[in-house]
Amino acid sequence: MPSRSGSQRPPGSGRSSPERGLLLLLLLLVLLPLGDASSAGVGHQEHAGNHTAANGRHNFTKKPFPVLSLDYHHIQTPFEISLWVLLASLMKLGFHLIPRLSNIVPESCLLIVVGLLVGGLIKLAGEKVPPVLDSRLFFLCLLPPIILDAGYFLPIRPFMENIGTILMFAVVGTLWNAFFIGGILYAVCQSQPDLNKLSLLPCLLFGSIVSAVDPVAVLAVFEEIHINELLHILVFGESLLNDAVTVVLYHLFDEYSAAGPVTVLDAFLGVISFLVVALGGVLVGAIYGFLSAFTSRFTSHTRVIEPLFVFVYSYMAYLSAEMFHLSGIMALISCGAVMRPYVEANISHKSHTTIKYFLKMWSSVSETLIFIFLGVATVDGPHSWNWIFVTVTVILCLVARVIGVIGLTYIINNFRIVKLTTKDQFIIAYGGLRGAIAFSLGFLLDDGRFPMREMFLTAIITVIFFTVFVQGMTIKPLVELLAVKKKQEAKRTINEEIHTQFLDHLLTGIEDICGHYGHHHWKDKLNRFNKKYVKKCLIVGERSKEPQLIAFYHKMEMKQAIELVESGGGVKMPSAVPSTVSMQNIQPKKPPPAKSAERSLPQLPKGREEEIRKILRSNLQKTRQRLRSYNRHTLVVDPYEDGFGDLLIKKQKMIELEKKMNNYLTVPAAPPDSPTMCRARLASDPQAYSVKQSSDSVPTIQVDLASPQSPDSVNVMDEFRRAKQQQEEEEEYQGLMMKPPQGPSGPNKPGEADTTRDPQKLTRCLSDPGPNRAASLLCSQLSLWSRNHTSQN
Amino acid sequence: NLRKRFLQLSGNEETISREHLDTIPALAENPIKAQIIEAFFDKRNQRGDEAGAFQEIGFEQFLMVMCHFRPPTLKMTAEEKEAMRKEKLRFLFNMHDTDNDGTITLEEYRKVVEELLSKSGAIGQETAEAIADAAMLEVASTNVPHMAPDEFYEGITFQHFEQILKGLEMESRMNIRFLDVDTTTMRCGRSTS
Repeated sequence: MPSRSGSQRPPGSGRSSPERGLLLLLLLLVLLPLGDASSAGVGHQEHAGNHTAANGRHNFTKKPFPVLSLDYHHIQTPFEISLWVLLASLMKLGFHLIPRLSNIVPESCLLIVVGLLVGGLIKLAGEKVPPVLDSRLFFLCLLPPIILDAGYFLPIRPFMENIGTILMFAVVGTLWNAFFIGGILYAVCQSQPDLNKLSLLPCLLFGSIVSAVDPVAVLAVFEEIHINELLHILVFGESLLNDAVTVVLYHLFDEYSAAGPVTVLDAFLGVISFLVVALGGVLVGAIYGFLSAFTSRFTSHTRVIEPLFVFVYSYMAYLSAEMFHLSGIMALISCGAVMRPYVEANISHKSHTTIKYFLKMWSSVSETLIFIFLGVATVDGPHSWNWIFVTVTVILCLVARVIGVIGLTYIINNFRIVKLTTKDQFIIAYGGLRGAIAFSLGFLLDDGRFPMREMFLTAIITVIFFTVFVQGMTIKPLVELLAVKKKQEAKRTINEEIHTQFLDHLLTGIEDICGHYGHHHWKDKLNRFNKKYVKKCLIVGERSKEPQLIAFYHKMEMKQAIELVESGGGVKMPSAVPSTVSMQNIQPKKPPPAKSAERSLPQLPKGREEEIRKILRSNLQKTRQRLRSYNRHTLVVDPYEDGFGDLLIKKQKMIELEKKMNNYLTVPAAPPDSPTMCRARLASDPQAYSVKQSSDSVPTIQVDLASPQSPDSVNVMDEFRRAKQQQEEEEEYQGLMMKPPQGPSGPNKPGEADTTRDPQKLTRCLSDPGPNRAASLLCSQLSLWSRNHTSQN
Repeated sequence: NLRKRFLQLSGNEETISREHLDTIPALAENPIKAQIIEAFFDKRNQRGDEAGAFQEIGFEQFLMVMCHFRPPTLKMTAEEKEAMRKEKLRFLFNMHDTDNDGTITLEEYRKVVEELLSKSGAIGQETAEAIADAAMLEVASTNVPHMAPDEFYEGITFQHFEQILKGLEMESRMNIRFLDVDTTTMRCGRSTS
C-alpha cells in the first residue's frame, strides 16, 4: 500500500529549510488519513474474503499456506488511534519549525485549519469521515488530561485570593449569559417566520451551551500571550468553575424541554441541584485527593509506580463524579489541588519529574487532537445554515459577555482590595473564548426532541470559530497595544520568600489586634490545622514538621549544588548579576587582635569556609524555579535530567582548572583531613578521576596577580602573600605554612572534594532518594567539613 | 469599629500599653508577636522624625500605625501608589531595624529569621543563621555586585531593602480590609497635612 511506505518515511529529515520540511509534513498528513480511510475499505474487503474462506472450508479445499497475509481488521482501532495521535504530534512539530507563523497565528487556529483540511480530504476521497468528536470519546478521554494538568499545577495562592471574583464570574456571569442569549434569541426567533417553531426552552438550552467559557481554548490562547498572573487566573479559573453551572443548566433544560413549562419548584430544585453538583464534585475530588496522598505515604519502597497512583486516582475521581452527574471538572481540579502538596513531599524527584512530563505530554496531545477533530467535525457535521440565527448568536455572545463583565466588575470592585481596571475588564471580556466543550454538548443533543439540532450545531461552530480565530489572533496585538501588564519572569528569591511569610504573620497579627476575623485569620487557622493534624497523617517521616521556609531553602541549596557541579565549580558562571561579594564581606568585622600574625590566622579558615558558601550561593540569581506557568512548550529544565555522566565530565574540567592553580603552590605532606587527602582517598574510588598532585607543583611562590582568573584566585593569592609574610616573621608557623597553601587552593578543592564526594553519593542515593535527603546530605557534608576546618585552626 | 476595639483592648482607658496587647489570646500563636507589638510603640512609625519607643500609646497613634495598612484606591496616581509602597516598606524596615541605625545588620536579620521559625518546632539555630546569611548575601550581590574581598557590607539600607522587595508589590499585599475604610483614610489623610 502506498500509504504504508509513505508513513514510514521520516518527515523533513536532512532538509535544511523548514519550509520544505513543512511541505513534506503536509504531504504526509495527506497520505496518512487517506491510508486510514482506504484501509477501512481494505478491511471490509478482507472481511468479505474471510467469509468466502469460511464458506470454502465447508468444501475443504486445500489452499497453499499463507506466508504473508494482510489482516487489517485485527488491529484497526488501535491503528487508527495511533495514526491520529501521530498526525497531531507531527503537526505540532511542523508549526514550531516555522517561528514566523506561530508568532502571528495561535496554534489552536492552525490546528483547526489542519483539521478542516484533513476532513475535506477524507470527504473528497469519498470515504466516510470517522465520527471523531464523539461525545463519549471527548469527555472520557480527551478532556481529563487537560483538566488534570491544569488542576495539578494550579497556583493555589492567587486562585484562593481571587476565589470570590472567580466564583462571581463563573456562576453569575454564566447564568446571565445563558439567560440573556436564550431570551433574546427566542424573541428574535419569534419575529422570524421560519424560526418560530423554536420554543423558549430549547433557546435557553442553546444559550446555556454556548455561553460557557471553555478552558481548553482559554489555555491554548492565553498560554501564548504571557499575560499577568491575576488576569490569567481570573479567566482561567472562571472557565474551570463554570462547568458546574453548565452541567446543571444543560440537564435542567434538557429534562424540561420535553416536559412542559417550568415551575418555580423546578427552578428551586435547579438551584439546589447546582449546589449539589458543585460541592459534590469538589468533595469527591477531595476524597480521592486525600486517598492518593495517603497512598503516596507508603510508596517509599516502590517508587516506580508512584506516578501511576496520581493519574489513576485522579481519573477515578473524574469518572466517579461523572457517574453521579456531578461536575467532573471540578472533581478533577480539587483532586489535583488537594493531593499536590502532600504527594510532592512524599515522592521522589524522579517521580515528580515523571508526573510533570506525562501530564504535560498528555494534555498537549489532547489539546492538539481536540482542535484537529473540531476541524474534521466541522467538515463532516450536518449543517443547516440560517443567516439570522447564526449572526444574532455571534453578536449576542459578544454583547452579553461585555455587559456581564462590566456589570459584575462594578459590583465586585466594592469588595476587592486590588480593583480591576478598565483594561483588565476588557481583557477578561475579550478572553471569553468558546471551544470544543460547547460543541460536544451540542452534539449530545437528542435529534428527536430538538429538530433544530443541526442549526444549533452550525451556530455553535460559527461562534467557536469566531472566538478562536478572531479573538484568538487579535488578543496578542491588543495586549501589546493596551500595554497590559505582562507576567513577570521573576524568580523566587529567598528574601521574597522570607518576607512573604513575614507579611503573612504580620497581617494575621494585625487582624488579631483589630479583632477582625479577616481571611488572613482563617488562612492562618487552616495552616495550623494542616500542620498539626493533616500533615502528620499524609506525609511520611519527619518531613511533616519541616516549615515551608526551610523546605524552600533546601530546594534552593540543592539546585545550587547541582548547578555548581555541572558547571565546573571554580569557574565563575555567567550569572545575571556577576558578583564578587562573598560571605567575608558580610561577616561582622572581628576586632583586630594584637599580633598581626594572629589576624591572618583566624581569617584563613573563615575565608575558606565562606568561600565554599559563596561558591554555593554565588548563583542565587540564577535559581531556576519550579514550574510557574502553564506553558506547554517550555518545561523548566530540571538539572537532574542532564544525567550524571555529564557531571563527571564536568568534574574533570574542574580538576584541570584546579591543577593550574596547583602550579603556584607547594604541596607537601598534607594533614589527614585536608581536602587533598580526601581526594587522594577518592582516587581509589573507581568513579573518581585521579588527580595528579605534587608532580606539577613548583616550590617557589610566584604570584601572578595579573593573571585573568576568577576573583577566587585573587583571594587565594592575597591570602597566600599574607601567609608568606607570616612565615618570614615567625619560624614556628612552619607547620602552618603547609596549611595556607592548601587554604588558597581550598576554595576550589573543598568545594570540589565535597562535591566530588557528593555527586557520587548523589548518584547512588538519587537513583531514588526522598526529596530532601540529598539536600540535607549536601548541607551536612559542607557544614561538617567547614566545622572540621575551623576546629583545626 | 476601631475606636470600640481600642477601648476594648485598653479596658476603657485612654491609652494602651504593651501588656494590653500581649494578652490578646489569638496573638499567642504568632511567631513574630513581639515585633508586631513593638511596632505599635515605635516612634518611627508615627509621622514625626523621632526615634525611640513609647510606653503607652493613645488612639491617635494606634490609628497612625493602622494607616500603614490601608489599601490603594482606584483613583490613585502612580506617584501616590509609589509613595504608599515606600511607606509600607518603611514600616517593615523599622520592624527589622531594631537598633535604629538605618541599616539592617546581619545580626538583626538573623534574629528576624530565627523569630519567624521559632514556632515551627525544633529548628537548629544554624539553619536559621544559614538562611539569613544566604539572604544577606543575595541582597549584597544584587545591590553592590562588585566588592573587593576586604570590603565590608555594613547592612541593608532602606534603598537596598526597597530594591530587593520590588517584586512583591507591597501596596497590593500589605493591606487589611477595614470595616470602615473611609473614616480611616480620611484620618490618615488629615494627619499628613
